[in-house]
Amino acid sequence: MAKPMGWLARLPDEGALSAAVQQLRAQGWTRLQVFSPYPIEGLAEALGHRSRWSGPVILLVALGAAGAAFAMQWYSAVIDYPFVVGGKPFGHWAPFALVTFAMGLLGTVLAAIIGMLAGNHLPQPYHPAFNVPDFADASDDGFFLLLAADDPQAGDEPAVHQALEAAGARIVAEVPA
Amino acid sequence: MSEREPLMPDQLTHGWLTQRVSALVLERRPPRSWRVGVVVCALLTLVFVIGLSHLFATGVGIFGLNIPVAWGLPITNTIWWIGIAHAGTLISAVLLLTRQRWRASINRFAEAMAMFAIVCAGLYPVLHLGRPWFWYYLLPYPNDMGLWPQWRSPLVWDFFAIATYLLFTSSFLYLSLLPDLASLRDRASARATRLFYGVLALGWRGDALHWARYERATKTMAAVAAPIVVAVTGIISLDLAVSIVPGFHFTIFPPYFVAGALLSGFATVAILAVVLRWMFALEDLVTRQHLDYLGRMMLIFVVIVNYAYTQEMFAAWYSGEVEYRYVYLDRWTGPYAPAWWGMILCNVGLTQLLWFRRVRRSPLAMLALGITTNLGMWLERFQIVFTSTHADYMPSNWDTVWPTGWDWAIYAGSLGLFGLLLLLFVRLMPMISMHDMRAQIADRGRDG
Repeated sequence: MAKPMGWLARLPDEGALSAAVQQLRAQGWTRLQVFSPYPIEGLAEALGHRSRWSGPVILLVALGAAGAAFAMQWYSAVIDYPFVVGGKPFGHWAPFALVTFAMGLLGTVLAAIIGMLAGNHLPQPYHPAFNVPDFADASDDGFFLLLAADDPQAGDEPAVHQALEAAGARIVAEVPA
Repeated sequence: MSEREPLMPDQLTHGWLTQRVSALVLERRPPRSWRVGVVVCALLTLVFVIGLSHLFATGVGIFGLNIPVAWGLPITNTIWWIGIAHAGTLISAVLLLTRQRWRASINRFAEAMAMFAIVCAGLYPVLHLGRPWFWYYLLPYPNDMGLWPQWRSPLVWDFFAIATYLLFTSSFLYLSLLPDLASLRDRASARATRLFYGVLALGWRGDALHWARYERATKTMAAVAAPIVVAVTGIISLDLAVSIVPGFHFTIFPPYFVAGALLSGFATVAILAVVLRWMFALEDLVTRQHLDYLGRMMLIFVVIVNYAYTQEMFAAWYSGEVEYRYVYLDRWTGPYAPAWWGMILCNVGLTQLLWFRRVRRSPLAMLALGITTNLGMWLERFQIVFTSTHADYMPSNWDTVWPTGWDWAIYAGSLGLFGLLLLLFVRLMPMISMHDMRAQIADRGRDG
């Protein structure tokens, strides 16, 4: 039989899930995936997730979009197509401010949503865990933990089972590769 | 201070919530009231389509527009519709940032309301163009005429503001739907249904790292929502305020319009809350306590709007200009006086009932006040657009213009379109945000 992708275990509630994650991380397991039907505070951090980039990247995109919008308006109104309206100066910033602001906001929105999808590698219609029938509860009231078989510590199956059960999890299934 | 009712039943569990909310979508037979609503709204949408066909074939002459009242009902309706959209954004975004728990069960249909109200709002300016097929002239695209949009024109600002708002609202609605679409995918029994929700869910599986990035994206978007709301209606109010027309040229217009927008928006959320909780028997999830909170939000904006009315009148008097003062005399006694007094009755008079807790907690009263407040806000937009322009500086210019049957038909049609889109939405998508409610249920467990 081919080597499985990993083992899926279920926990009774969010507190047990957080505790299990902390215990397994402390034991040195690294290839953990955790699933819950709603966001649980601190869980991603417990898994070693740090976000250093998202804020600065979103800010840069927003400033870039605003800057590009301003530059386009200034170029068109001053250089390419100067047009006298009520004798007002061609390059004054005030009339350009609104479109600049709107485009800055649009840049923020697009950077946030595209960054989220890209960071999560979505869309990704297939995941091995979807093969486990019980996994449907992950979008309802189930809290799951997946220990991947390529974890350096995952030598043999009984050891993995033992670690999971010691962390309070109930083994649900072997996830096929 | 008071004996607050719980915002959800004590026995509500994650499993029961998922089962109930997804059944609203996955069950085969919708309630009878829903089917009746769809038929009525579809007929009105048909009126809308007929009106548009006549408009495109004949031109804007079918509307009651004439110099000096060149904007008429289409722009009145744009301002009104965009205002309705704003409360949806505010509920989902600002109440998220301020961690208001009562948003969880009403944010979804408020967002959907925002989405479809913008569709209606965005259509009107295009219809109002003499040659709507040239709407893309507003875009700064490379063209062989060597032309650029006129950046000093509020019409161009409008275009950018409404387009940004439309993109923001659709992304925010989709982002909020994403985990719930996964729930539907996992519950659906028919293969086609599973495929439909599965494709839309993009493979969402509730991974903890996904949730972390998801929450960061949601909060970032929520943080820009308030500036977007202020910018969109602020910019629309500038369409009027940057002109020198007496009755338009007031510096209070941007905040005044934003407050009015939020008032009509919360009124519409109240209408939808009452109708949907009755239609789908959700009285325990959308409680009287929610209606109470919506009533309080309305009351905040009633106070601001009423203050703005007094300041508008004060500014007209204080300007010392006879034309500005005349605008007010004309609003009180001129041909459009019923609109002004109707607005005062709805927005200043009837809304004071919201001070009473019993009124805020009564679904019927909230439905009635939601309707009268929307009517009042519509009359406010109407009197601003019509009375200001019909009698400006030059008496030789004065004229009185009335909306035509086609104006009314297209307006009624747009209401039907809004209702149809919303009714279809609540049957295709979960109308209560399951993941937000799950977090609330978990929170309740922690507190208790």
